[in-house]
Amino acid sequence: MKKGNKTYWKGIEQLKNDPAFVKNAESEFPEFLPIKDSSDNSRRDFLKMMGFGLAAVTTAACEAPVKYAIPYVDKPVDVDATLANYYASTYSMGSDYCSVVVKTREGRPIKIDGNKYSKISAGCTSSQVESSVLTLYDRQRLQFPMLNNKESNWRDVDNFVKEGLSKKGSNKIYIISHSVNSPSTLDVINKFSKKFDVNHVEYDTSSYSGMLDANEESFGKRKIPFYDFSKAKTIVSFGYDFLGSSFNHDLFNQQFTKQRVVNRDKREMSRLYTFESNLSLTGANSDHRIPIKSSHTKIYIAELWNILNGKIGSGRDSISFNKSKRSLLKLDILNKVADDLIQNLGSSLVISSSNDKSVQSVVIMINELLRSYGKTIDLNRCYNTRKGDDSKMTEFIKDLDSKSVHGVIFLNSNPVYNHYLSSRLKDALDNVPLKISTSDRIDETSILCDVIAPDSHFLESWNDYEPIDNHFSFGQPTIRRIFDTRQHQDSFLRWIDSEVNYFSTLKNNWRKKQKLLKSNEPFQIFWDRLLHDGVAEIVDEKTKNLNPLPNIFKTRISEAGKVSNLIESETDNDGFELNLYHNLTVSDGIQSNNPWLQEMPDPISKVCWDNYISINPKDASKLEVKTDVGTMTTNLLKLENNEGSFEVPVIIQPGQAEGTIGLALGYGRKLAGPVGDGIGFDANQLLNKKLNIQNLTVSNIKLENTFKDFRIAQTQTHDTIMARESVIQETSLDQYKKDPYSGKYQFKVATSKGFKKPEDVTLWNGHEYKNHHWVMAIDLNACTGCGSCVIACQVENNIPVVGKEEVLNRREMSWLRIDRYYSSDADVNDLQGLEVAAENPDVTFQPMMCQHCNNAPCETVCPVAATTHSSEGLNQMTYNRCIGTRYCANNCPYKVRRFNWFKYHDNEQFDKNIAMNNDLGKMVLNPDVTVRSRGVMEKCSFCVQKIQEGKLLAKSEKRRLKDGDVKMACGSACSTDAIVFGDVNDKNSRINNLLQVEKIDKATLKLKEERAYAVLDEIRVSPNVWYLRKVRNKKTA
Amino acid sequence: MLTKLTRNLTKISRFFLPFIGIVSLALFSPSFHKINAQEQQDDSFDQNIVSNGESLFKGNCTVCHAINDVLIGPALRDVHERQSEEWIYAFIKNSQKVIKSGDEYAVDLYNQYNQTLMTSFDFSDEELNSILTYIKSESSKEIQVAVVEGVDVGGDISSSVSTDNFYLSLGLNILLLLVLVFILLRFTNLSKKYVILKDNQTKGKLLDEKDKEIVDSGFNIKDFIRSNKVVGIASFVFIAVFVKSCIDGIYTIGIQQNYQPTQPIAFSHKIHAGQYEIDCNYCHTGVNISKSANIPAVNICMNCHGVINTDKPEIQKILTAYEENRPIEWVRVHNLPDLAYFNHSQHVAVGGIECSTCHGPIEEMDVVYQYSELTMGWCINCHRESEINSKGNDYYDKLVELHKGSSKEPLKVEDIGGLECSKCHY
Repeated sequence: MKKGNKTYWKGIEQLKNDPAFVKNAESEFPEFLPIKDSSDNSRRDFLKMMGFGLAAVTTAACEAPVKYAIPYVDKPVDVDATLANYYASTYSMGSDYCSVVVKTREGRPIKIDGNKYSKISAGCTSSQVESSVLTLYDRQRLQFPMLNNKESNWRDVDNFVKEGLSKKGSNKIYIISHSVNSPSTLDVINKFSKKFDVNHVEYDTSSYSGMLDANEESFGKRKIPFYDFSKAKTIVSFGYDFLGSSFNHDLFNQQFTKQRVVNRDKREMSRLYTFESNLSLTGANSDHRIPIKSSHTKIYIAELWNILNGKIGSGRDSISFNKSKRSLLKLDILNKVADDLIQNLGSSLVISSSNDKSVQSVVIMINELLRSYGKTIDLNRCYNTRKGDDSKMTEFIKDLDSKSVHGVIFLNSNPVYNHYLSSRLKDALDNVPLKISTSDRIDETSILCDVIAPDSHFLESWNDYEPIDNHFSFGQPTIRRIFDTRQHQDSFLRWIDSEVNYFSTLKNNWRKKQKLLKSNEPFQIFWDRLLHDGVAEIVDEKTKNLNPLPNIFKTRISEAGKVSNLIESETDNDGFELNLYHNLTVSDGIQSNNPWLQEMPDPISKVCWDNYISINPKDASKLEVKTDVGTMTTNLLKLENNEGSFEVPVIIQPGQAEGTIGLALGYGRKLAGPVGDGIGFDANQLLNKKLNIQNLTVSNIKLENTFKDFRIAQTQTHDTIMARESVIQETSLDQYKKDPYSGKYQFKVATSKGFKKPEDVTLWNGHEYKNHHWVMAIDLNACTGCGSCVIACQVENNIPVVGKEEVLNRREMSWLRIDRYYSSDADVNDLQGLEVAAENPDVTFQPMMCQHCNNAPCETVCPVAATTHSSEGLNQMTYNRCIGTRYCANNCPYKVRRFNWFKYHDNEQFDKNIAMNNDLGKMVLNPDVTVRSRGVMEKCSFCVQKIQEGKLLAKSEKRRLKDGDVKMACGSACSTDAIVFGDVNDKNSRINNLLQVEKIDKATLKLKEERAYAVLDEIRVSPNVWYLRKVRNKKTA
Repeated sequence: MLTKLTRNLTKISRFFLPFIGIVSLALFSPSFHKINAQEQQDDSFDQNIVSNGESLFKGNCTVCHAINDVLIGPALRDVHERQSEEWIYAFIKNSQKVIKSGDEYAVDLYNQYNQTLMTSFDFSDEELNSILTYIKSESSKEIQVAVVEGVDVGGDISSSVSTDNFYLSLGLNILLLLVLVFILLRFTNLSKKYVILKDNQTKGKLLDEKDKEIVDSGFNIKDFIRSNKVVGIASFVFIAVFVKSCIDGIYTIGIQQNYQPTQPIAFSHKIHAGQYEIDCNYCHTGVNISKSANIPAVNICMNCHGVINTDKPEIQKILTAYEENRPIEWVRVHNLPDLAYFNHSQHVAVGGIECSTCHGPIEEMDVVYQYSELTMGWCINCHRESEINSKGNDYYDKLVELHKGSSKEPLKVEDIGGLECSKCHY
């Protein structure tokens, strides 16, 4: 689609006008119907079946089945059937943490929302957090403890472990865990360590070792300081995906977008530069993205130091390296970056993902030079969520090799799968006499263990957390333990013959903590408040007056010297450079058995149910990669390095740096469960096993096309709205400042009386909404495309998972999708420009769901009036009336309607849809939303169940509806507040203020907000979803 | 012409008699006659005092006392004959004091009722008098024995009453019709005879050919029945009735009106809600706050039945369930399909609708049956007819105001979107 000088496209095939793409773009559904051919059956058979069916239905309906109403024996005071209860708790999986509020119905958790009181997890949820409620109901979780791979009981397990530990002798015992930030858990581990002299080793699947070591040397704390992106006007990221795969990316998203949103009163925004090889979410949201080889990052950082050092003058030495290396750099852009940084001294931030201590040291030097410390980086508040130490892990493996380890306890960790030295670890574990795992399932590590003492899910456990120093969060159980599991802390306490259980330990710790506060409040009140709020900020006297910023920048220069050595030792080779990463869907694979995450499309490539090599279009054509968008077929490439050779499917990814390929970790699991097993390829196998630190960049990869076909499920090219204008609108900050309406696309209709706006020539009568008028606004400047709204919508609205095959058939069911558009300033007819465009495009994300048109085209074509308009502006979908003609979907210009091609519940063929196909999984379903059956249409309902609930609350309290009584699932999950929903008839509502509603005339809004536009305004369907134009802050000079 | 009337009458009787008969039969509808219970008035007590006493009694005493039954405390029938008024007043005001004073009767009573102390009530003498008057007035009435029907009442209570009425009115209608037919035939005959007589007098000038044909014709019942018209009409009516009943039959599929399943415990609403007038809310705790009204948990039963009637076999079932911590599996009477969302609190707390509007005379049901159709048509109809309970509810203020401007009718549920699909289906 074209608008002005800008061209947008959804995928490379659209840009090239691939014939298969054009063909598919024209038809709503693919031509082929891969349902079993039914030509054997004649019309007579059909009639016979109909007749029999009618008779059967009539007889069956005569006798209604007897249903039972089974009340409690002793009803708990707080639990009322059909009323939801909310409990503050804390998400904890792997090294990650999030303060949450859990919605429970009849005692079972069904939805996880963010805890708005939390200053750390920002009151929102990521896709991982949203999905974790289904992991609770995973049948694959162990239902009892295991001893020597057989079902056992806790007494036998405890006796076995205690006996095993007592035979320790002079050998070592290790506890291997992810980063633990719970003070009370650490207390228990310490007690355990005291008794058995244990080494506790923490690791992170994506290691921050280098950064932590550099910080320790510089500040005396082996911690990650608090970055504040909301204070930064210039941000430079060297491969650090802080909006995507980073820890705590929810908060980073929130901070970042605070600086990105512009309006009448605020016309400034920050500028983000990204230097990276894979197109990450951070790169997609940056104003300038510079595709580079990851191995060149250190040269860029060193050169940036040299430039800044020269310009600002720190009195320190430059980092010297060979001039020839400088030729590898794009120096012009680096100079611009340096200028920008210097202009914003004290309000800029440079970050890098490098896991090398010396490179991170240079980054610290740069930030010091830019006066970031104390401003955009706060050393007072440090994260405890990433503490992993690669060197300790290698030490552990060395100890294993030397047979000096008596016992090892894998504390909810699965290093045999997700540690980069997994294969070495696996072999070395044979040398250990006592192996214990607290994993919740039989996974790659626990299957090698003598004992599995299954830990309870975090929603079944008590715990406290300290994600940032002095900021606490509390975990309380929201359901009784489903299986015979035990919190790992209780296991540890039992193994040291402790008299108290973990709950009492936890409570006692907090009793002590309260004493430090010197308050007179009774403990029970204090405790109840902690659990009610779920979070607390407690600064005791000891830490209060500590000077956090000692003079620490002394040792840097020696590290800088190491960098120059590193750069010099770097040799270029012909092979490809592979960059491994964790994506936003399955991430490190802990929740691989969660179908919601598996089917969530990757924010950039829109691929689900697989991982893949992403490759630059130029490299792809060199390798003669053939992809067919119609059948979603691609080639398998053969990867080869010292570790072996592997075949992996390929995706042509615009923006991928030339000479590099990307591949996601977290796939290829062998023992995750029936959903996650065998999906994708385990990329850990490619990592160099001799390195002492994790380095996700693997150089010298030989790549070869096998020309074997592979079908890869990609949702991007489905439902294309190609060739329709005014879908995406954007402008630049400079233009926006001059004219806030810049970038607006105003369509005019030619009439006999001259050109008119579409709303002036409409045939529709319009509506009058007396009570409420529900409207949604989506700020494209705030949306970073992370996709947690997609999962939130799936959980809230019982949306089925359809599996890879059905996604390939373009039958995914998600009500809310995020469309990703590439664009460039180049003309589509300019071949050379096109080449450049495909090399490094701008990216725009657009959440797309039912637009609830006031003049809805779907409503007029439904033959049975199953989709109708409500008096509050909703486009209602009535499943029990729908007969499945699909006229509505064909007539929908936004392609947001979904058809139930099959019965996805209680159907063995869709057993990956675990939320609807077994009794345990079904506990996650929202009882207020119908589970749709085969043959009906469905689509976004504007969470009508939540609207009704909010209205009822207002009515029973005999008051008007307050703004905020009704919150959409997508909007609550959004960390950046990009989705705002409300009643525009309420003058004080947020939506009314955001859109600056001037006048409402028969449901047509006249808005003062310059950035607001409706998608496809020219067809005059008058949507109730408004988008706010994207503004980019590109450096022009 | 004089003969016109006769001709017409004859035509009517020929063509329309069978039709009228059938149509009037078809018009019968089962009519329900409510039998109004006759309330006996007892003039020997001041009704004001009695009604005051009644409300006080029901508000304060019924938790432990009944007139005729022993509950937690003794039955109060004829209590004024057992003790003096002063004694009773003192006991109500502070029973503990009376017992401590060593009053023999009071001590016996205390021991007899498991040493349960009666709560002290701070009533004025006037109030106490009215309570006692109420008890006296109740005592003067005959004892009504509450009959608990057997658990296996499979029959259809509501229809047994209505069918009697139906047959009665059917008989009456048929009789009326026969009389009408008889009068009509008789009148036709008489007028025919009169015309013939006149014709004879005017020597055949009065009648033309056609008239004569009619006058001469005899009424042959066989020919009449076999005539095309009669056969046609009869078969039309037969087919129409058959098709109608088929369609009606199809429409009743899934409708469980009058569904009266056997419950695991012979719980009688007639006793609890009717005789003892326990508020519906007491057991159905969710009715004002949530979607579901709640079937009470066993511990709610145990509030009273921990003490009352613990020896009866049906109550024993509750006790066993409680002891074994095993929930009671009640059979669900009112079943809405999963696709329909219904919320009790919206209707009861917000709408102010009485339970009996949908659930019928629960207080008269020994075994609960489904009183209403619970079809979508039934819901919609009520939404069309019901006014919004907007009084004192700020939520509706704006809507009421807007509605006043456009209509004189009161604001009804349908006016604020009560007929829209996604009010109930989502």
